[in-house]
Amino acid sequence: MNLSVTLAGKTFKNPITTASGTFGSGAEFEEFVDLSALGAVTTKGVANIPWEGNATPRIAETYGGMLNAVGLQNPGIELFCKRDIPHLVEKGASIIVNVCGKTVEDYLEVVERLSDEPVDLLEINVSCPNVKAGGIAFGQNPKALYDITKAIKAVAKQPVVMKLSPNVTDITEMAKAAEAGGSDALSMINTITGMKIDIHRRKFVLANQTGGMSGPAIHPVAVRMIYQVHKACNLPIIGMGGVMTGEDAIELMMAGATMVSVGTANFHNPRATMEVLDGIKRYMEQYNIKDINEIIGCM
Amino acid sequence: MSILKETAKVVCQKEISTDIFDMTISFPGGAKEAKPGQFVAIYCKGGERLLPRPISICGIDKEAGTLRIVYRIAGAGTREISTWKEGDTFEIMGPLGNGFTPKENKAIIIGGGIGVPPMLELAKQMDCEKTVVLGYRNADSTFLKDEFEAIADVKIATDDGSEGVHGTVVDAIREYAVEGDTIYACGPMPMLKALAAYADEHGMEAQISLEERMACGIGACLGCITKSKTKDHHTNVNNKRICKEGPVFDAKEVMF
Repeated sequence: MNLSVTLAGKTFKNPITTASGTFGSGAEFEEFVDLSALGAVTTKGVANIPWEGNATPRIAETYGGMLNAVGLQNPGIELFCKRDIPHLVEKGASIIVNVCGKTVEDYLEVVERLSDEPVDLLEINVSCPNVKAGGIAFGQNPKALYDITKAIKAVAKQPVVMKLSPNVTDITEMAKAAEAGGSDALSMINTITGMKIDIHRRKFVLANQTGGMSGPAIHPVAVRMIYQVHKACNLPIIGMGGVMTGEDAIELMMAGATMVSVGTANFHNPRATMEVLDGIKRYMEQYNIKDINEIIGCM
Repeated sequence: MSILKETAKVVCQKEISTDIFDMTISFPGGAKEAKPGQFVAIYCKGGERLLPRPISICGIDKEAGTLRIVYRIAGAGTREISTWKEGDTFEIMGPLGNGFTPKENKAIIIGGGIGVPPMLELAKQMDCEKTVVLGYRNADSTFLKDEFEAIADVKIATDDGSEGVHGTVVDAIREYAVEGDTIYACGPMPMLKALAAYADEHGMEAQISLEERMACGIGACLGCITKSKTKDHHTNVNNKRICKEGPVFDAKEVMF
C-alpha cells in the first residue's frame, strides 16, 4: 500500500498534516502522537515579531464545531527558529511553516529568515479572520493576493502554499490569482467567520466579537470549495475543514486534495491525526486501493 | 509526569445541591498522578459538542484508582455529563495543569462557589495549621461544607447573609480575624482579585486557581491565556496559559 504523496516537488510519507494553530509546534502533542509518523507537522502561524493575540474569551463552542479568535499569538520567527524548528528536526518530522504578517514586508521578513532552515513548505496565511490588519485582507482581493504571492515567491527558497479563505464570493478567483502570482500549491479552507451571542448576558461570547468557525460542521463547505478550485486551476491542494475521520480525509482527497490537514479534531482527541491515518488505510484495504494517489481528484 | 487520555468509568454520581453534581470516576492512571489543584478534561459523547469540559479535581483516591469531581451545570455539556450513571464510560484526559504547591506555614484555604471543590483535596492533604473559608450564594447551597468541617476550622460567607458572614470571603476573613501565611484559593475572578489585594496588603503569598474557556487543555490552542507580569515560556510575551502554566498562579503574577 502506498501512502506517500508528492506536493510542490516535495514527497511526504503520507498525506496527513496538521491544520495550523491546532497543533502548536508539535511538542504539546508528543505524548500522544509520534511526530515523525505524520506526513508533516504544520506549525502555528509565525510572524516577524512576537504577537500577543486577542483578549479572552478566545474560544466558543458551536454545534459540531467551534469559533476561535486567538488572534495569531506567536513567539516571532527568531524564537521559533531557535526552539521549535530544531525540536521538530530532532523528532524526525517534516515541517510546513505557517507564516503570518500585517504588511507585505512582515511576510517577506519571515520568509527570508526561513531561507536556510530545514523547512519543506511555506504556508502563507492570507486568510486569518481574527486580526485587524493583514491576514484576510490579502486573501479577499485577487489583486492583493496576486501581488503578495509574487512578492513572496521572489524571495522564498522553499515552495510556497497560499492558504485561502472561504470568506469570499468566488474562491476560484482567489485560487487563480495565487496561481498567476506563482504559488506552488494552495491550502484551503481557513475558518469561516462566525459570531456567537450569550443571550442571557446579552454579550458577545468572544472578546473579538467574531471568530473563525472550524470543525465537522464546515466539512461540506471544504469539500465543495476544494472541488471547485481543483477544477478551476492546476495547483495541488492541501485540503482542510472539519476532518474528524479517515472517511472525511478521503472525501477531501476525492474532491481534489493531495494532502489533508487535521485541525479541530486535535482538540476533541489528541490522537486524531493517527486515527485519521488508520481510517485512510482501512478504506484503502476495503476497496483494494494500492496507491493513495489513485483517488486524488477522482470526482 | 504524563498526561493520560483514555476511557474512564462512572463509579457513582449524585446531585448534592441545585445543579451541583458529585461524580466519582474510575481512572486509575489519572488518580495515581493527580495532585490538588489539577483538573481533568471530560469529553461529551456524540459529535455535536467537540471540546472537552475542564473540571477541577475535588478528590483523589490512589488506592481505589478514582478521582472525584464536583461541578455545576453551566451549559449543555455539563448537563449531558450530569446524566451519566454508574458504569457509563466516557473519554477523559488528565491530570492537567500544575496544581497547588503546599507550604508548611499556616494556611488559609479559600473557595468561592464552584471554586470550592478543588480546595477539599488540598485541605485533606495539608498537615499544617489551617483555616478554611468558603463563600456561597446562600445557606441552601453550602455543598461540601460538612466535609471541610470534618478536617478543619471552617468560616462561611454567603451573598445573602443566610449563613455565616453576610458578604464575601474577604469579609469573612476580616470578621473572624483569620490569620495565616499563605492563601490558597479558587473562585470567581472578583474574589481572586480581592484576595490578591488582601495578600499584598498583608505581605502574604497567595496561590490562586484561574479558569478560562479553552479548547485543547494541553497548551496548544492558546485559547486560555491570562495576562501575566512576567514573560511566558511559550510566546515570550505576557500571556500565561491557564491549562499549562496554571491553573494555579502566584497572585503577584496575574494582571487582573
